[in-house]
Amino acid sequence: MEQVKCECGHVNPFGTAFCEACGKPLEEAEKPLLDMRYEGSARRSQTYNKTVIDKIWNFFSSVKVGVWLIVITLIASAIGTIFPQKMYLPPNVTPAQYYEDEYGWAGKLYYELGFDNLYGSWWYMLLIALIGVSLVICSLDRVIPLYRALNNQGVTRHDAFLRRQRLFSATKIADDRLLETIKERLAKRRYHIREENGNILAEKGRFSRWGPYVNHIGLIIFLIGAMLRFVPGMYVDKVLWIREGETKEIPGTNGEYFLKNEKFTFETYQKGKENAVFNAAIDRVGSGMVAKTYETKAVLYKRVGPVIAGEEPKLKKIKEYKIRVNEPLKYDHYALYQVDFKLNELKSMSFALVDKQTSKSFGMITVDLLQPKEKYDLGNGYQVQLLSYFPDFYFDDDGNPNTRSKVPNNPAFVFKMFAPDKPKGEVSFVAIRQTIEPFGNNKYKMAFAGIDTRNVSALTVRRDFTLWVLGVGGTVFMIGLIQGMYWNHRRIWLKRTNGEVWLAAHTNKNWFGLKREIQAVIDGTGIRMPIDQAEIAKKVQGGDEHGTA
Amino acid sequence: MVQLSSTLLYIAFVLYLIGTFFFGGTIRDKKGSGRTNRWATFGIIITIFGFIAQLGYFITRWIAAGHAPVSNLFEFTTFFGMMLVAAFIVIYFIYKTPVLGVFTLPVALLVIAYASMFPREITPLIPALQSDWLKIHVTTAAAGEAILAVSFAAGLIYLIRVVDQSTPSKRTFWLEFVLFCLITTLGFVGVSSAFAIADYEAKFQWIDKNGKKTEAIYELPALVGPHKGTLEKESKDRMQPLVEMPAIINAKKLNTVIWSLFGGAVLYFLLRLVLRKRVAAAIQPFMKNVNLDLTDEISYRAVAIGFPVFTLGALIFAMIWAQIAWTRFWGWDPKEVWALITWLFYAAFLHLRLSRGWHGEKSAWLAVIGFAIIMFNLVAVNLVIAGLHSYAGS
Ligand code: HEM
Repeated sequence: MEQVKCECGHVNPFGTAFCEACGKPLEEAEKPLLDMRYEGSARRSQTYNKTVIDKIWNFFSSVKVGVWLIVITLIASAIGTIFPQKMYLPPNVTPAQYYEDEYGWAGKLYYELGFDNLYGSWWYMLLIALIGVSLVICSLDRVIPLYRALNNQGVTRHDAFLRRQRLFSATKIADDRLLETIKERLAKRRYHIREENGNILAEKGRFSRWGPYVNHIGLIIFLIGAMLRFVPGMYVDKVLWIREGETKEIPGTNGEYFLKNEKFTFETYQKGKENAVFNAAIDRVGSGMVAKTYETKAVLYKRVGPVIAGEEPKLKKIKEYKIRVNEPLKYDHYALYQVDFKLNELKSMSFALVDKQTSKSFGMITVDLLQPKEKYDLGNGYQVQLLSYFPDFYFDDDGNPNTRSKVPNNPAFVFKMFAPDKPKGEVSFVAIRQTIEPFGNNKYKMAFAGIDTRNVSALTVRRDFTLWVLGVGGTVFMIGLIQGMYWNHRRIWLKRTNGEVWLAAHTNKNWFGLKREIQAVIDGTGIRMPIDQAEIAKKVQGGDEHGTA
Repeated sequence: MVQLSSTLLYIAFVLYLIGTFFFGGTIRDKKGSGRTNRWATFGIIITIFGFIAQLGYFITRWIAAGHAPVSNLFEFTTFFGMMLVAAFIVIYFIYKTPVLGVFTLPVALLVIAYASMFPREITPLIPALQSDWLKIHVTTAAAGEAILAVSFAAGLIYLIRVVDQSTPSKRTFWLEFVLFCLITTLGFVGVSSAFAIADYEAKFQWIDKNGKKTEAIYELPALVGPHKGTLEKESKDRMQPLVEMPAIINAKKLNTVIWSLFGGAVLYFLLRLVLRKRVAAAIQPFMKNVNLDLTDEISYRAVAIGFPVFTLGALIFAMIWAQIAWTRFWGWDPKEVWALITWLFYAAFLHLRLSRGWHGEKSAWLAVIGFAIIMFNLVAVNLVIAGLHSYAGS
């Protein structure tokens, strides 16, 4: 496309509204005020609208579209909080059932529309992606022309440019030295001053114009970081259940790291033991009802040497650490978090071999519930054999003893007891609170003699290589936000024409601040305070819907 | 120390109340309207003293508890009130507009009064809250929300001033609705305190949705009773519920809502009876000296200042803490989602204002809606949608 040459000699890109250098309007004016928002620069979206690409570009660069996307996302997000999302349902429920039972027909509908997993749905992700695309395109559409225009701006501005600024005044003035005073005052207020033929351009805070673009870049980095999560290897998320005394491979570390749980502690706030100011609060919910600490005393090990199948790994101790909520154990990009626990899991059970009649005991055995032995020798010809073991015992549909899991929640045993007078042995089925003697009356029995328990701790294993991307994105976003919001771009033009001094000013926001500053700068110089032409325009129209930014 | 702390809070409350009247005086004062005058100077001084007293409450309570007092609903909400006053003081010194005090301070008073309806004991910290991030995240988030709330106050002034009261319209209706909501908060505080002073308590046995027998203690007379609820022996003489709720509805909370609406409605109708016109219409004449453009700019400026603070506190710090305490920086917990919604809303606000020229009245309505979202997150999400955030239900 052809370029447009202004009478001041500056060559502008096609589509420019007013000359980048002198500000002379290049298009016919209808409004009394110039639209200063992008310095009249030629934005692609405002200039071309022919090809499909143009149309897509224009669609996404429209702020109207951007706002719609934001508002739709906002409403969708709100809908997702009406009922709990699937991930927050109690375990072991079927969602279809749960939503209907808890919330009736509304819950059913919610589930059927797929709102139970709203934030993971394809259309929600699409919305976020569209916002991302919109961010990129709208920023590109504006930032380059804006940069060009601000960079090329001249000091001496065309009369039409100045007259059509929101703040404008013309003053007949004789004494030129006043301008020196104004210049000094402006400099004191950190204005950057450029001078040309006795005309002045005072400018400050231009960098704040880049704020929105910087913050949009931050958002884009953040969104990229969020997407990286789906790249294999960037993200590990596993759970490790580990018993006291146990050493286990840490899942997700490819067999490199091991953890030992030395002790798990669960504490509650107890009346009398705490700071007395808490008494009232503890009384209200009950002593021992409020959790105080969840802590796993852990030792981290690293494997040394190669992995050899079937062989015990060689371990090197790396560090000891008390893992608590809010205090994860961190090492080599891995983090272990305290997330759950189970108190008093059965560890072992003890039984005495006794004569049912005389109650005489012939010794004691202790069965490790995770690794029971097959034979326990009590000496003097007494011996106990463990024929079967059901850690989580129940009777199945056929009436046979069976186990639900390998976790010793409800252990049951089939013992065979040998004694000098019973060399063939007697069989006894022993479970908690019941004994069955399948082959008639026995002489001996296994008398329950006690249990040993221990706590189990659940730790979440995380490694997340996306975090730093998110961190960078967040930081850039904040910088851009502060840059754009806490500073503004102010410009004051002073031009001499025909024995008059023309003053015009523009800011991208916060006009009151600018007016006050001008007031202070021209105070006592005789230059007239500029009038706010936008306000006047409003009063004339009688409306207050318009504003210029 | 605890005693001293509550006394200081009480003093702050009274000072804010007096401050409100002084700021109110500025609008009656014919000559100096809108600009600073004697009334306004007293008003701001008293407000600052009130703020110092509340700061004293905050510090003494911190010392007593050994942790920053932002760990339960009462503490968080009072802190929000304090930040609201702080935000007002800052904006006051930028723009010198006493009329802003006439609206911000009552909102702060309502917030603090509302806060004190929750259990006020100092609570020990559960493990998830034992972190420095508690104070960092919560204070910044509250500060951000408070600054955004100033935008609401300015927006409200704008609307009261410009909405045409000569004929009823959608605008007059919604403006009345906003005022009615504020009055209802007062209704809630009034009804709750009245029955608290009378030591009202009614214990119910009821059957929850899992068929279990449970106890519910009502502090207000039961208009709606719990599922299959019966009054226990010691409360036999208490009022019998008028209707009984099904088990899935939390009858006690619903009862409180009904009482608040009732209290609010009574207050509102008394006002209407006295004023003989819409409440907004009655306030409007006092607003005629308000500079609309300035009010509009304050409303916008508050968002411009508050938005970055809110982003930092309610999203960024929140994510950092969530990563440390809950192993993930984002979990779509209702409270998190509502912070995101608030953020998206104000982002939309900024864009509309910047590029579609939504200044003036439209912008003021948006400021009102934004505040409604913040309040929804503070009130409804805590009490109704209750998620992971441990304040819930406390
Ligand atoms: C959640 C997403 C977004 C956030 C948080 C955000 C944030 C911001 C902020 C804080 C500003 C500065 C506003 C001001 O100075 O008053 C801004 C400006 C802007 N944003 Fe966004 N934005 C988002 C999405 C978008 C999208 C999707 C578009 C695309 C249409 C967009 C286009 C713009 C434009 C054109 C500006 C004005 C730049 C200027 O005039 O200098 N934004 N944005």
